[in-house]
Amino acid sequence: MIRLEKRPQPSKAWSLATPLVAVLATMLAGGLLFAILGKDPVEAIRTIFWEPLFGEFAFYYRPQLLVKGAPLVLIAIGLSLGFKAGIWNIGAEGQYIMGALFGAGVGLAFYPLEAWYIFPLMVIAGGFGGWLWASIPAYLKVRFGTNEILVSLMLVYVAEQFLASMSLGLMKNPEGFGFPGSRNLQQYESAYNADLIAGTGMHWGVVAALIAVIFAYVLLNRHMTGYHIRLTGEAPRAAKFAGVNPSRLILFCLGTSGILAGLAGLFEVSGPSGQVSIDFNVGYGFTAIIVAFLGRLHPVGILLAGGLMALTYIGGDIAQANLQLPSSAIQVFQGMLLFFLLAFDLLTNFRLSFGKPEVA
Amino acid sequence: MDLSAINPVLLIASLMVAATPLLFAAIGELVVEKAGVLNLGVEGMMIIGAIAGFATAVETGSPLLGFVAAAGAGALLSVLFAILTQFAQANQVASGLSLTLFGLGLSALMGQSYVGVKPPQMEKLNIPVLSDLPVVGPILFGHDLMLYVAIALIAAVWAMIKFSRLGLVLRAVGENHDAAHALGYKVVRIRILAILFGGACAGLGGAYISLIRVPQWTEGMTAGIGWIALALVVFASWKPWRVLLGAYLFGGVTVVQLNLQAAGVAIPVEYLAMSPYLITILVLVILSADKSSAPAALGRNFHASR
Repeated sequence: MIRLEKRPQPSKAWSLATPLVAVLATMLAGGLLFAILGKDPVEAIRTIFWEPLFGEFAFYYRPQLLVKGAPLVLIAIGLSLGFKAGIWNIGAEGQYIMGALFGAGVGLAFYPLEAWYIFPLMVIAGGFGGWLWASIPAYLKVRFGTNEILVSLMLVYVAEQFLASMSLGLMKNPEGFGFPGSRNLQQYESAYNADLIAGTGMHWGVVAALIAVIFAYVLLNRHMTGYHIRLTGEAPRAAKFAGVNPSRLILFCLGTSGILAGLAGLFEVSGPSGQVSIDFNVGYGFTAIIVAFLGRLHPVGILLAGGLMALTYIGGDIAQANLQLPSSAIQVFQGMLLFFLLAFDLLTNFRLSFGKPEVA
Repeated sequence: MDLSAINPVLLIASLMVAATPLLFAAIGELVVEKAGVLNLGVEGMMIIGAIAGFATAVETGSPLLGFVAAAGAGALLSVLFAILTQFAQANQVASGLSLTLFGLGLSALMGQSYVGVKPPQMEKLNIPVLSDLPVVGPILFGHDLMLYVAIALIAAVWAMIKFSRLGLVLRAVGENHDAAHALGYKVVRIRILAILFGGACAGLGGAYISLIRVPQWTEGMTAGIGWIALALVVFASWKPWRVLLGAYLFGGVTVVQLNLQAAGVAIPVEYLAMSPYLITILVLVILSADKSSAPAALGRNFHASR
């Protein structure tokens, strides 16, 4: 008989190993899924994980890794702060949209003026938009005790409708021949978030993501606020006695994740995506939840997990083109990863013991 | 704008139809939460139910079989949640989220060949005389079978919780799992059964959207109804009849909003479409002051250790 025994302390080794085990298990289960869909599983897995990095056209795909990874890392870093403290912001998608709208709105308002200060202003507006949207659940939770999970999620749908209204109305390109969507910011030099070194995919969002990783690492390991976050997550009662102010923590965690998600949206809309359109958001806000968990809520882990998840996006695109693998298959694949991760996490906190239970 | 085009009788009848998916999903989740488990995967289980029910109905030509398949599919997906939270001791919030993300992906994959297909229609109840009555007829006697099943389910759950031994055990497990365990109740087994019931109900709710309310299959068609169902359980303070009240309220908002869109009110469509979500938030704010009725062990995992 197999029994579970709670470990006195979570196992460090398993904590590092579970993401790897989960990725391997996902590859196996994913291969099975692809086989059921009638695709060669080995070929499909190779296309997703190998082709973007070392394949024939890798020179084209490698920059994409940064482009797709940056928003994921940026959002996931913010989410991880809250998740650590048991504050669940799952509406990052909405904050991402609002950041993009605020930022792009500022940029479009200045059109066609060319000036150095436009892009910094857009960045500030983007962060502000995300912060504003995340502050709604934060404020409601602090003031009324409203569940932040449900409110932040409801606001995603509100943001999506707002995005539709903007791209069909106020922000619509007046020279766009009636097509929905704003002016293309890529053609507006002062607002364009271009590659810092052409052709590398290295835009300001990537820089921001790296800064966020360092910032989060310092915060969590060297700063009082970070200590309070960890304390609240691991021992809420002890945190209360130690004088941690839960309201301030909620406002801080949700606000920061909102700012980061808003920035991610702004960098995306002013760079790779280029214009405000009804469907410019592609669900990074939700995928970032997987990234945060896969990275063990640790800044460096999130950086690696963001890279891996970006890889599955790009590999998924290639598999779609080359093997006619449906795009939703990759979504299933990403969902499975979270399943396996949560399941194997058992081994971090529990020890499996075999044989009959001894009488105490 | 022409508000006189809105027929109040049809409005109430369609409100009941709009509320039924919410009813199914929320009453299932209510039982799950009564057992002390918070399953945030309702949206995922609903959408899986929506496509499983749709596909089965199209292939077999029987909407009823579709509903059976939907309940099965929802329950099947909830097994994953049960394994994660009851055996692997995973965090319930994270597990529920993973269920939703996975369900949305899987349903899109399963539904590829069903986009644009028309499902077989479910017959409306037609009781001679009664269904033909003015006003009362279309509101009370003119619906499909599943709508009445949903209401019956509310009554059944209410009676189960209030009067039966099973309901007592369910509540004991949800209020204090350690005490329930000490009394010899199988906490994990009861919770798993509750989770399965919740999954089946969510599946039915999803199938009601794809087979009757819309009726069509499109990716992500549940559009947050699973999440609203979660909010509804809070709104109802974990009481079955209040779920009915809440669902009709939300159904009413949705239907009025759609009718206003059709009548061409000066408010842009997008802002009208936001309204159900905004009202959900508003209601949550008003009702979140009182948390005393929440099951005490909600969201906490149980592990029998010595």
